[in-house]
Amino acid sequence: MYSQKVMDHFRNPRNVGEIKDADGIGKVGNPVCGDLMWIYIKVKDNRLEDVKFKTFGCGAAIATSSMITELAKGKTIEEALKITRQDVADALDGLPPIKMHCSNLAADGLKAAILDYMKKKGIKPPEGIKIESETEKCDL
Amino acid sequence: MSQDIVYMDYASASKTDPRVIDAMLPYMKEYFGNPSSPHTSGLRMKSALEEARASVARLVNAEKPTEIVFTSGATESNNMALRGVAFRNKDRGNQILATRIEHISVLNTLKYLTKFGFEVTYVPVDSYGLVDLEALKNAITDRTILVTIGYANNEVGTIQQIREISEIVHSKNAYLHTDATAAVGKIPVDVLKDGVDLMTISSWDMYGPYGIGALYIKKGTRVEPLIIGGGQEGGLRSGTENVPGAVGMGKAAELAMAEMSSDASRLSKMRDRLIEGILKNIPYSFLNGHPTRRLPHNANVRFSFVEGESLVLSLDMEGIAVSSGSACSSKTLEPSHVLIAMGIPHVEAQGSLLMSLGRFNKEEDVDRVLEVLPRIVKGLREMSPLTPKEVS
Repeated sequence: MYSQKVMDHFRNPRNVGEIKDADGIGKVGNPVCGDLMWIYIKVKDNRLEDVKFKTFGCGAAIATSSMITELAKGKTIEEALKITRQDVADALDGLPPIKMHCSNLAADGLKAAILDYMKKKGIKPPEGIKIESETEKCDL
Repeated sequence: MSQDIVYMDYASASKTDPRVIDAMLPYMKEYFGNPSSPHTSGLRMKSALEEARASVARLVNAEKPTEIVFTSGATESNNMALRGVAFRNKDRGNQILATRIEHISVLNTLKYLTKFGFEVTYVPVDSYGLVDLEALKNAITDRTILVTIGYANNEVGTIQQIREISEIVHSKNAYLHTDATAAVGKIPVDVLKDGVDLMTISSWDMYGPYGIGALYIKKGTRVEPLIIGGGQEGGLRSGTENVPGAVGMGKAAELAMAEMSSDASRLSKMRDRLIEGILKNIPYSFLNGHPTRRLPHNANVRFSFVEGESLVLSLDMEGIAVSSGSACSSKTLEPSHVLIAMGIPHVEAQGSLLMSLGRFNKEEDVDRVLEVLPRIVKGLREMSPLTPKEVS
């Protein structure tokens, strides 16, 4: 069902936990639908110095959370905002089709954390940044 | 299966008993022939088929072996019972009663029937999964032709009060179908005492082979066939009979008759040790289903703040095979429809773990689960944003 990479990130999730004095926090998902993800970022000189997560969810939810922290760390804000859910899935050698939406929230979580940071700093976010999962409903 | 795997997912798939396979082998390696043929090869197959039918009939105390119709499995049996009774009796009424905790093959067949003008009314269950008898009395009408209620729930293990249900159903001259997939061979089931008109019987759930099952149809019940052809199985299920499968199912039924009570007493002790050990050692863990009206092999527990699929995957890494009714584990993304119907909140339902024991489990299997599960739940809770500080 899952690729070896997904299982590796599930088994040994990278960067679990919270950042106490985070510069931005992104909270996405809905536990009623089975997945809830909180992404914490620490920004220094416009770069993501640290990224951590806390996730309630299935194997895919945990693996994508772990993967996004690896993909995002060290990137500039602008670069990080360009990471898509497809990038996360690709980096994990793919996800089962049914997991591509509900459980693939990590890119959204990161965007939400960056938007939170920009809001706090009074930075105007670039045009067209969308939190895709906010408009997707699980049918419950 | 590797010897070190602890298998506690008998509700999903069961091991065929080696004694069943031995009984089947001659009918695959040596004997063949069409049971409808009048020659010796055919007659040998016919007599094996009828012996198997008699064994299944004895297990559920059917009056006559001919009341047992072999099918391809429980899903077909459920389809045949519901569609067969509905279409054959539409002159009597169009209402069917069911619960929302039925198996998906029942629920989807009922949905299909609504396209043909049948009206399905769902009777509520309580928080243990027990059918509300008063609600059933209120829901049943003169238009009710069929009531379908599972004998025992495969997922949460709750055993219904079938006798009482039967009295209500028969007071309105409706038929009672019960999907007894999870119950037959595990607890005593008696179609006469229980008063059922149609009963779905599974083979593999009682350590028989896959690809075969049966439907008990009480003599005189008006049913139309689902599969039409050469008129086998009393005209109710055409197609050349699966004799090796039937022989296997018959053997499984004989073994169940002989070993059910010892299996049940051994497994229920293991089940209780498992449930008690979990509830005692893991905070915020709760039993799903009824504490006493419960299948001997079923333990279903939910853990707050964690999600079921990640529990299943984590246990698999420790060599333990279990199941979850959770959103992510199944083909749909919804949490278990059974737990939702019982009124368990969605978030709580997500964190459920179904451990179903079987004939081949050992006491050490329970020890192993009790040893690793607390650590796994703790680890996932530490990762979960839902976990309150005082718990993690």
